Amino acid sequence: MIVTVNGTAQEATPRPGQCLRTLLRELGWFGVKRGCDAGDCGACTIHLDGEPVHACLVPAFRAAGRTVTTVEGLGGSCAPGEAGPLHPVQAAFLAAQGFQCGFCTPGMVMTAAALDQGQRRDLATALKGNLCRCTGYGAIRDAIGGTARVEAPAGAPFGSSLPAPAGPAVVTGTARYTLDVEAAGALHLRVLRSPHAHARILRIETTAALALPGVVAVLTHADVPARLFSTARHHIPTDDAADTRVLDSTVRFVGQRVAAVVAESEAAAEAALRALAVDYEPLPALLDPEEALRPDAPLVHGTDDRSGDDAPPLNPHPNLAAEVHGEIGDVAAGLAEADLVHEGTYVSQRVQHAHLETHGAVSWLDAEGRLVIRSSTQVPFLTRDALCTLLDLPADRVRVLCGRVGGGFGGKQEMLTEDLVALAVLRTGRPVRWELTRQEQFAATTTRHPMRVRVRLGARRDGTLTAIELGVLSDTGAYGNHAGGVLHHGCNEVIAVYRCPNKRVEGRAVHTHTLPSGAFRGYGLSQTIFAVESAMDELARGLGLDPFEFRRRNVVRPGDPMVSTSLEPHDVEYGSYGLDQCLDHVEAALREPGPDAPSPDWLTGRGMALAMIDTIPPRGHVAEARLALGADGRYELRVGTAEFGNGTTTVHAQIAATALGTAPERIAVRQSDTDLVGHDTGAYGSTGTVVGGLATLRAAEALAAALRQAAAMQAGLDPSLCRLDGDAVAGPGCRIALAALAEAGPVEAVGRAEGSPRSVAFNVQGFCVAVHRSSGEVRILRSVHAADAGRVVNPMQCRGQVEGGVAQAIGAALYEDLRLDGEGRVVNPTFRHYHIPACADVPATEVFFADTHDSVGPLGAKSMSESPFNPVAAALANAIRDATGARLHATPFAPDRIYRAVIAAQEAVPSRPASAGQRLVRLDS
Amino acid sequence: MDLNTIGSIVTPGSRADLDGWRPGDAWLAGGTWLFSEPQPDLSRLIDLAGLGWEPFAVTQAGLSLAATCTIAALDRIELPAAWIAAPLVGQCCRALLGSFKIWNVATVGGNLCMALPAGPMIALAAALDGRCTIWTPDGGEQALAVLDLVRGPQETALAPGEILRRIDLPAAALRRRTAFRRVSLSPNGRSGALAIGTLDAGGAFVLTVTAATRRPVALAFAALPEAGGLAERIAREIPDSLYYDDVHGAPDWRRHMTACLAEEIRRELAGEAQA
Repeated sequence: MIVTVNGTAQEATPRPGQCLRTLLRELGWFGVKRGCDAGDCGACTIHLDGEPVHACLVPAFRAAGRTVTTVEGLGGSCAPGEAGPLHPVQAAFLAAQGFQCGFCTPGMVMTAAALDQGQRRDLATALKGNLCRCTGYGAIRDAIGGTARVEAPAGAPFGSSLPAPAGPAVVTGTARYTLDVEAAGALHLRVLRSPHAHARILRIETTAALALPGVVAVLTHADVPARLFSTARHHIPTDDAADTRVLDSTVRFVGQRVAAVVAESEAAAEAALRALAVDYEPLPALLDPEEALRPDAPLVHGTDDRSGDDAPPLNPHPNLAAEVHGEIGDVAAGLAEADLVHEGTYVSQRVQHAHLETHGAVSWLDAEGRLVIRSSTQVPFLTRDALCTLLDLPADRVRVLCGRVGGGFGGKQEMLTEDLVALAVLRTGRPVRWELTRQEQFAATTTRHPMRVRVRLGARRDGTLTAIELGVLSDTGAYGNHAGGVLHHGCNEVIAVYRCPNKRVEGRAVHTHTLPSGAFRGYGLSQTIFAVESAMDELARGLGLDPFEFRRRNVVRPGDPMVSTSLEPHDVEYGSYGLDQCLDHVEAALREPGPDAPSPDWLTGRGMALAMIDTIPPRGHVAEARLALGADGRYELRVGTAEFGNGTTTVHAQIAATALGTAPERIAVRQSDTDLVGHDTGAYGSTGTVVGGLATLRAAEALAAALRQAAAMQAGLDPSLCRLDGDAVAGPGCRIALAALAEAGPVEAVGRAEGSPRSVAFNVQGFCVAVHRSSGEVRILRSVHAADAGRVVNPMQCRGQVEGGVAQAIGAALYEDLRLDGEGRVVNPTFRHYHIPACADVPATEVFFADTHDSVGPLGAKSMSESPFNPVAAALANAIRDATGARLHATPFAPDRIYRAVIAAQEAVPSRPASAGQRLVRLDS
Repeated sequence: MDLNTIGSIVTPGSRADLDGWRPGDAWLAGGTWLFSEPQPDLSRLIDLAGLGWEPFAVTQAGLSLAATCTIAALDRIELPAAWIAAPLVGQCCRALLGSFKIWNVATVGGNLCMALPAGPMIALAAALDGRCTIWTPDGGEQALAVLDLVRGPQETALAPGEILRRIDLPAAALRRRTAFRRVSLSPNGRSGALAIGTLDAGGAFVLTVTAATRRPVALAFAALPEAGGLAERIAREIPDSLYYDDVHGAPDWRRHMTACLAEEIRRELAGEAQA
């Protein structure tokens, strides 16, 4: 058939069941994204004869003789691999920077371009078929509304709202994500997954599968290295338990890999999966974390398996993956001297990262026979190291690199695809690609750790905290990836932010036969902060104190030791402190008259919560940056950290440009490729600015000094009289072009950062909410967030991180719940059944920045990426409590789960409890 | 998504070409559901587009919708002014989880045949006394009320090889006053409860409940009841076991919301009746 795409008539032969999205990608139009493959996310939106449709739902044969416009050709005709002229909507998305990772952007742009005036006025409805996980929709609404966010640089690049260098490629669909590459002759890998929560594999019959046309190889546990590893990637590999095999003879969760098929086409691979016959011996499965430590509980791992080095368990029960215990002062005494004690248990559910680009990798052998893996990862260097260990290969025989990465949120701080793809390449000698389906993403990757947190707080009548006690049960699932790290982190800053002489933590991470939990934005803190900040609110209410005043009375201030459960020295310091400003900003904003309730059927209330976070993960985090002046007088900056919408490329260019006295446009940034720099721990723990950026700053300062020196030598001046000025070095009466300095050869400098010492960053969230008296529906009337990010490198981008973090947290607080059935199967592995926030669900968040300057971070900057997520659930719970009188103990606050509590609270007490003269009581439970 | 087990597509041009239904076949209308989930048991798609059915017809008898009429086309139909139930069409279109882009492809008949509790075309057609015309494989036709077509979640009265050809909404139903209420766990989410009330010129009231229940339920009253009478009928005729249980709403909440929405509808229609 002939289909006209972006002005070019293309000959195509669609397969009978093929969808148009796949066909268009085969024709070279990589701007048509595969986000969900089910019509839910809208990333594949195209115009078919001028009408917007989801290309993944259109049978390809129906495009015969018709006209297709993809994002590449929206502004005019173009050839595959290119983009036409910029369409006004694309220009608007650039001006507003209406994207972060950009994977949803082609679909957003194509949808926005099809809206009429009425639809543009009601984006909540018009965009209900387009999901974005990064931005929180604020910048997208601005783009469609024609509001620019980019500012012309005023003064130094540092501190200016400059646009992302990748912007033009993102909005035209020409940015190349992991699998947006021609891979001629590549084989397709697909995986058979376990239907059992716990079973021994007795036999895998592969003959029939191997006999099918197009099937090249089948890999089972007989074909993989015996070596154990952890999918979690950390600076110190032994932090996580080595408890995983590439393919195992025992399966420990529904969805675990059983066998892999490598075939000439996806269809052949799928047929082969159906032809595999597997005999399982089902074993007793443990699904409830509360049961995990019973003496008779089914064991997830054998008694000889070792645990990770971070928070290793003391108790010998094999289902215990990690433990944290500690006490300072005397909690019993602190509770005894309290006038009011609050005790409550708060439950955080399983949620999925839901980045729009699923996990995937494509791998091949390069001309030297070296294994090359192009992967959707936050940690290319750690993945390279892990593969070398697993496969017994020297580091110079493996290269891992990223294209643009379509979102991460911690989910890509794991090695979930690269091991199998690498083995398949080594086995077949041919390129192999593997793209996880959205269903696999939900049912068989990783999630946030579900946690049950028991909090006991005591305070004196004047509001002084006397005791904080936490009991944490974290469900790490079948494997121990991130079990210790998440538990440790989750029990740290949450209480270190409070000055209190008596603190105790008992935390346990246990194994169950469920899909593994892993790294997730906030890394344990969102769950514990929900508990502690809800409890703080109850305590303040019980004491008749304003929640802001109560916090001010008890939070740490510079000079106070930051202590959770140990008095051991640590490397966290007050590089700066803006919590006071954050509290003031949110308090002032919430004091302004808020929007009215939609109708008398709705109850309104206000709530707040705070969060502290160490700016860098503990136990080491290193980065190297290499900065070179090229013969053309322009700079090339090479860094290891990955760009997945976090904006680090912009930030690094701004930092380097500031130190080099030039404009960011003169600096080309190359990143996330193990060939580029010596090492980089990775883009996790919000380190892109504070570790990667510090390395870049050091490289830039070293290069600037070298260039001044070289120019001074040429001009016969003292270097202190020379300064860098755009494309030249200027001194008294002279100006030497950078290009001239580079004539003798490239000038290069290297910068390194080690991730220590560390500082602290703060977030305060406030909400006004309306809660329907009867249905339990929650509407956010106002959202206010204050962040202490130190000196903000790029206010627009940092605001975007805050807006996106708040939005993602609203999803986790109100809607999202990855549910398992009684057999351990994920019930809702699709976007239509796992509701992430759409445009209609996310209010505009007013963002304030504290005015601080950090002594630890580069040029005064601090981290600000994962932490805006952390205070949101508690702030919402506290606002709902204020509105209704109901204290909610479990997220998500979905109408069907809270309506009974809301109705009961109205019947029990007036919705606004008296705040003065209240008798103090002990709330024991 | 790609349906890799599909070996062939058949595009019949007339009813005479429709014979030969076999296991592994599926009728392809808009394809918005078929292509949204793995279909490993299917091997052939029979494309209904080639039959060229007129999307709709407005006659004195009422509104006749071809099964292949898209949601977008339905939403655009201009209905006679006397058909004061017309706003229900837009309300039900907007109740679809899918956006306007899905409307461009998804069909009315597809929504009915999916038989999802939240299917808004089911709600529309059930509330307006929709009658289905079904083509049987032997060349015959059957008529069936929408209420009888949808038997439960993803379960219809259609036998293999039967095709939903048309849905007729009678003019009498379109002349009724209507009131529409819907609730979901998120503002634009999949309906957790959807209730429609209709009141005819003679004062007869019908409450149609979908989304909350496993199949559509219609409760007819000779006249608009008092609050207590309405609640009692709902409690009596919708047993707990009929409330749907999935991630889009717990059954107890759906039951609670059904009663709330029904009462809101009753009050709205009572207010209009007084005015």
